[in-house]
Amino acid sequence: MEKKTVLRKPAGFLDVYKHKPGAEKDRTHYCPGCGHGILHKLIAEAMEDLEIIDDTIIISPVGCSVFAYYYFDGGHFQVPHGRAPAVGTAVSRANPDKIVISYQGDGDLAAIGGNNILQAANRGESIAVFFVNNAIYGMTGGQMAPTTLEGQVTTTTPYGRNPATDGLPLRMAEIINQLEAPTFVARVSLHNPANIRKTRAAVRQALQNAKEHKGFQFVEVLSMCPSGWKQTPVNCLKWIEEKMLPIFPLGTLRDRSAEATPVVRPEPVLEPGKVLEKLGLTEDKSRGFARGTVAEEYSEMSIRIAGFGGQGIMSTGQILAQVAMEYGYNVSWLPSYGPEMRGGTANCSVNIQDDTIGGAEAVSPNMVIAMNRPSMEKFEKTMVEGGSLIYNSTLVEISPSRTDIKAFPVPITGLANELGDIRVQSVVGVGAYAAVTGMFRPEDIIEMLPQFFKGKNKSIIDLNASAVRAGYDYVKNNF
Amino acid sequence: MARTLMKGNHAAVYGAVMAGCTAYYGYPITPASEIAEGAAEIFPKLNRTFLQAESEIAAINMVYGAAGSGRRVMTASSGPGISLKMEGLSYCAGSALPCVVVDVMRGGPGLGNIGPEQSDYNQVVKGGGHGNYRNLVLAPNSCQEMCDFTMLAFDLADRYRNPVFVLTDGVIGQMMEAVELPKPVTHIPDRSEWAVCGTPLNKNLINSIYLDLDDLERWNMALDAKYRSVKENEVRYEEYLMDDAKIAVVGYGCVSRVLRSTVEMARARGIKVGLFRPITLFPFPEKQIRAFADRGVEKVLTVELSTGQLVDDVNLSLQGTLKSDLYYRVGGNVPSALEILNRISELYGV
Amino acid sequence: MSHYPRPGINPDYCKGCGLCVASCPKKVLAISEKLNSKGYHYCEYTGDGCIGCGNCFYSCPEPAAITVYLKDHQPGKEA
Repeated sequence: MEKKTVLRKPAGFLDVYKHKPGAEKDRTHYCPGCGHGILHKLIAEAMEDLEIIDDTIIISPVGCSVFAYYYFDGGHFQVPHGRAPAVGTAVSRANPDKIVISYQGDGDLAAIGGNNILQAANRGESIAVFFVNNAIYGMTGGQMAPTTLEGQVTTTTPYGRNPATDGLPLRMAEIINQLEAPTFVARVSLHNPANIRKTRAAVRQALQNAKEHKGFQFVEVLSMCPSGWKQTPVNCLKWIEEKMLPIFPLGTLRDRSAEATPVVRPEPVLEPGKVLEKLGLTEDKSRGFARGTVAEEYSEMSIRIAGFGGQGIMSTGQILAQVAMEYGYNVSWLPSYGPEMRGGTANCSVNIQDDTIGGAEAVSPNMVIAMNRPSMEKFEKTMVEGGSLIYNSTLVEISPSRTDIKAFPVPITGLANELGDIRVQSVVGVGAYAAVTGMFRPEDIIEMLPQFFKGKNKSIIDLNASAVRAGYDYVKNNF
Repeated sequence: MARTLMKGNHAAVYGAVMAGCTAYYGYPITPASEIAEGAAEIFPKLNRTFLQAESEIAAINMVYGAAGSGRRVMTASSGPGISLKMEGLSYCAGSALPCVVVDVMRGGPGLGNIGPEQSDYNQVVKGGGHGNYRNLVLAPNSCQEMCDFTMLAFDLADRYRNPVFVLTDGVIGQMMEAVELPKPVTHIPDRSEWAVCGTPLNKNLINSIYLDLDDLERWNMALDAKYRSVKENEVRYEEYLMDDAKIAVVGYGCVSRVLRSTVEMARARGIKVGLFRPITLFPFPEKQIRAFADRGVEKVLTVELSTGQLVDDVNLSLQGTLKSDLYYRVGGNVPSALEILNRISELYGV
Repeated sequence: MSHYPRPGINPDYCKGCGLCVASCPKKVLAISEKLNSKGYHYCEYTGDGCIGCGNCFYSCPEPAAITVYLKDHQPGKEA
C-alpha cells in the first residue's frame, strides 16, 4: 500500500448516501460526538485499504446503527433486533467468498440477541462482529442496556442500575472468549487518539482475517453516547476512561489469526443428473411383483396393527405397505405418533387398495393384527363384520369376543422364539398376513428383506426369511 | 422415477431438494422433526447447507439471510415454533424475500400436545406477524403432495418474492405413502437484480425500514397489489362429486381425506354430498365457494381440526348465501368418516 | 495555503462536537464563534502548527468533515 499523503473520507463510504431519505445525502444522521461515526470511519478505511469494498456484506440490525447501510459501500442487510449473527450465518454460508460484517449495539447483541451471538461465535461462523458498547440503548432514547454500569441512571433505571434487581454489566468480550471457536477477540475504546489507533488496528486485524475467511472475529468497542448519557462529547471521553474502563478492561483477549485455517465451503450440487446420482436415484428399483388371485374380501384392506412398544408394530405395518406397493397397490401407513407413543403401547394403520385412499386411520378395519391382549380387546370391537383378526396366541390367552369375524390365532411370539430371536415376531406377523389374505407371495417378501434390514448381515436376513415362512406356513397348515 | 414409500415429512425434504433448495435452517419439534432430520441426511450429500439453529427465531432469520443472498431456502416447524418465527416472517415479507416454510400442525394452545390439529390456520393464513402482509399457503393432503407442493412453493415464492407456507398436520407429516419423486429443476430464476450475491457482488439492499411515511405507504400498497395478483392467479382447489351435490363438505389437509370417505359413504346411502377442498388457503377459493348456491348446493358443512378458523373464510366467501355449519374435533382427535356422516344426518335430516 | 501538513475542515459537515479539538496535541483547532448552515458552532483551524498526526481525522465522527493533508501531499494528487 502506497503511503498516504492525505487522510480523507475513506472509499469504503458511499460518495452519496443514496438510501438516506431527505435532502442531506452527504452527512450522517448520528448525534454530535457519537462514537458510531468514528468506528464507521475506521471500518470504511480498512475496507478501502484491504481492497474488500466490492466483496463486503454489512448486516445492520436494530439500534442507531440500523442505518449503517446508508453510509457503507457494499451489499446490505437490515435485519431484526439482535438477529444479525443468525442472518450473518446464512449470508456467509451462501456467500462463502465474501466478507460478512455484523455491526451491533449492546442492547442488540447482549440482550435480545444474546443467544444468537453466542451460538454464531461457538460455531465459528465467518463473520466479523463489531460490537458497539456504549452502556445504553441509544436509538430508543436512553434505556438500560445489559452493559449499563452499576448505579448508572437511564430512563428505565431512574434511580440508577441496581445490581440486586437489574444485575451487573455483561462483559461480552470475556464471554465470547470462553468459547473455543472464535479467532480474534478484542476490546478497544474510542476515548482518545491512542485508543482510537488501537481500535483501528483491531478493526484491520478482524477484517484481514475475514478477508482470509478465518472464522469468527469479535471486536468490542467502548463508545460515546452523548445524547443517551446526557453529557457533552468531550466529557463522555472522560466518563469512558473513569467509569467504563474499570468494568470493561481493554486489550486483545485472543489472537489466533496466524494459526486459524480458512473456512472452505464447496459449491452446492444443483445439476439434475448429479443430484440424482448423489442421492442414488438414477435407477428404478421398483420390483413390480405380479399379483396373484386375491379373494374379494381381501382386495381392499384397512389394517390395524397393535401391540406393546418393542414388538415391531411400526415395522410390521411399514413392511406390509412396502410389499403392497410393489404389487401396484395404493398404500398408506399411519403411526399412532400422538400422546400414546410414549405409553408402552403402539399401533399403526395401513391401507392397501386400488382406489384413492381417504382417511388414513383404520377406524373400521377389516384386518386387525393384535400382538397382545389389550390390543385385541381394544381393536376387535372396531372391526367390520366379516373382518379377519390375526392375534398372537402366545400372549393372548383368551378368544376374541366377536363371533362375526374370522379369527386366526397364531403363536407369533412363540414361532419367533423357536427361531431363536423374538425380535423377528414382526416378520412372522407379515408372513401370517400374507397367508390369510393371499395378497403376497412369501418369496416376494423375502426378496425385499435386504431393503427392510439395510446394513444387516446375511444371517439376520436369513433369520427373517425363516420368520416369514414360519408365519406363512403356520396359517397355511392350521386354517 | 420409482415410487418410494416415505413419510410426508420426508417427502417435503425431497420436494425441496428437487426444487434446488440449497439451505435448510431448522429447529427440532414434534411432529415436524423428520423434515430437519431428512434435510440433515440429504443436504450434505449435495454440499447444501443443513444447520440446526439455536432457536426457531434464529432459524427464520437464517432463512432471511439465505433468501436475501439469493438462495432457495426453507425451514419447518410446528405451532409453537411457528409462533416464534412470526417476527422473521414479517421481515421476510416486508423485505420481499422468497422462502418456504413447512408447518406440521399439532395441538394447542400453549404446549398443547403433539397430536394433529389445524389450529395454526389463522396465524399462518392471516399473516400472523406484524404489519400488512400475507403468506401464500398450500395445504397438501398426501405424501405425494407434500413433495409436489413443497416444490411448487419454491416457484411461487420466487414468482411473488414472498414467504410461502406448506401448511399440513401431524397426520400428513407422519404418515407414509408411495411418492413418485419429481425430477430436479434445471433452472432457478435469476435474483441478481435484488439479492446480495454474485461475483462481482450485487451491492443490493435487503430492507424493510421506510422512515418516510409516504414511502412506507407506497410500499404497503405495492405489497397489497401483489397479494391481489396472487388472489387473481393462484387459487387452487379440488372437488370430489360436487357437480350434483346438495350438501358440500369443506375441509383441507388430513380432514379432506376423511371427508372423501364420508362422501363415498353418503353416496352409498343416496345422500348427495360433495367435497370441496381448498388447496390454497391464501389465496382462498372465495369465488368458487360463493358459486355453490348457483350450482345447486343447499347446505355447507365445514369440518376442521380447529374450533372455527377455516369456517370464517368459508362464511366470508358464502356472503350469507347458504346455510353454513361447522363440525370440529381438536386436541389431537381426528373425526371418522362415519362420525361426520352422522353429523350431516343430524344437521340436515338426511 | 501552500504548505502541508494542515487540516481541511468542511464547516457544513461539522456538528461542533469538539472531539477533534480535544484530540489535537498542538491545540491548533478551536470551535468557532460562527455558526454553520445547520446552526452548529463549527471547528476551525486556527493557523500554523499542524503536524499531520491525524488525530483530528480519526477522532471526528463525521466522514467528510475533516480532511488532513499530510507533509508529502501535492495538490491535485491523492494517494
